[in-house]
Amino acid sequence: MSKRVALEASHAVAEAVKMSDVDVISAYPITPQTHIPERLAEMVANGELQANYIPVESEHSALSACLGSVAVGARSFTTTASQGLELMHEVVYCGASMRFPMVMVVCNRSLSAPISVWGDHSDVMSCRDTGWIQVFCENSQEAFDLTVWGYRVAEDLKVMIPVMVNLDGFTLSHVTEPMFLPEQSEVDKFLPVFNYPYALNPDKPMTHGGLGQPDIYTEAKVAQEIALRKSKSVIIQGWKEFGDIFGRHYSPVEQYRAEDAKTLLLTMGSYSETAKVMIDERRARGESVGLISLRLWRPFPYEEFRKAVSGAETLIVFDRSISFGMGGPVFSEAKSALYSEASRPKVVGIIGGLGGRDMAVKDFEYVLDRGKEIAEQGSDRMIEVVGVRGEMIKA
Amino acid sequence: MVDKKLKSAYDFTWKNMEVGNIVTEPGNASARRTGDWRSDRPILDKNECIKCGFCWLYCPDAAVKQIDDGYFEIDMYYCKGCGICASVCPKKAITMVEEVEE
Ligand code: SF4
Ligand code: SF4
Repeated sequence: MSKRVALEASHAVAEAVKMSDVDVISAYPITPQTHIPERLAEMVANGELQANYIPVESEHSALSACLGSVAVGARSFTTTASQGLELMHEVVYCGASMRFPMVMVVCNRSLSAPISVWGDHSDVMSCRDTGWIQVFCENSQEAFDLTVWGYRVAEDLKVMIPVMVNLDGFTLSHVTEPMFLPEQSEVDKFLPVFNYPYALNPDKPMTHGGLGQPDIYTEAKVAQEIALRKSKSVIIQGWKEFGDIFGRHYSPVEQYRAEDAKTLLLTMGSYSETAKVMIDERRARGESVGLISLRLWRPFPYEEFRKAVSGAETLIVFDRSISFGMGGPVFSEAKSALYSEASRPKVVGIIGGLGGRDMAVKDFEYVLDRGKEIAEQGSDRMIEVVGVRGEMIKA
Repeated sequence: MVDKKLKSAYDFTWKNMEVGNIVTEPGNASARRTGDWRSDRPILDKNECIKCGFCWLYCPDAAVKQIDDGYFEIDMYYCKGCGICASVCPKKAITMVEEVEE
């Protein structure tokens, strides 16, 4: 029987790492991820968790150490945010390309400059193309669940791709919420022992990370892309089996009062919960509005996304970062995913919640109203940003 | 010794590559033909050679091998034609000649 507890999302992640029986933790503390490695270090120090904790000197080393430990078959964990994720960037690519299954939790935070320790999605968006499976959480329960689930999917022999679990810095990482902690036996039932088939062993030498000349690099990259796309079936199967054991169900595109909605709002991460309050208020007034949130960001869930928006007239995409010179990255991807559809909603992009700027219910009301207005009349503004001071120049 | 029957890159498609491009047979670099990069071919004149071994020592590809009579031979399966052997040879016993397509 699982027990109901109140846990900060960061500590929920630490519990998930512990219950996943991780062998190696290598992390460098950075705001707002700090509580995760801190709690894990404590667990290792007091014997609660039998694992090696490697105190490294940087995030580049943190992930490198994990890749090394996966290479010998050890279940490994790291966690970072913002500048830390940027510093480990080249190793993030290596982890996916070398197909090292592991889990990394990213407490999403903005990027410098100006220096900001507060939340948005700039850090993860810079890792869009790194080849990791990427999912987003909305609350402590999901932070726990998706961490455990992440190992199950990453280590599946049909997948062998690392999983990045995103949770919003501060607005989720530092929030204490009620959640269910399962029994260890239930986790063990869901997550088998890690059995890495390419573990380095002096008795059977092999090479990881060799050179790929022009005559083989193309094949290597195509194999990687196809493996990531095909991982979706294991991702979905993993969620199904998770639901069977734990009674909580996840899907690539989560829907909230969305089935018959004429206007849909698309969000990612913990602000989805704030947006739901706004949706409830509007539904109570008889407005045909709903919310979808992308749980799965990579591989992009084309099929599920197209299906989720197929009945809507307008889709308003809320972005928490800017792809400079282009606009909202989620907006751009959502729009391109729908381009080849015969019937599709109008797609509108609005940016907000940058660098920890609060998005309250009233701000999501603005997103909805302004989104509908743009869908009807178009926008002559260069960029649509919630609450930015100063009149916006024309496109 | 070299098993020249090992696969070349062109035997691989995206479908039959090892996960993560891991090389599961140790030491198989010796099967990789590097000689097809060559645009100049070293020709060793045994009559000039004093068996000093400089060519063997300096060849970056271990393409120079000593044979039973103490002289040296160049394995064209590996030789990339860099010309280092020719330039270090104290007797100028090695000449680089342009490769022509057969
Ligand atoms: S040309 Fe270069 S590669 Fe060829 S034998 Fe001489 S030194 Fe070695
Ligand atoms: S360097 Fe010249 S002289 Fe010396 S062994 Fe080679 S070919 Fe002979």
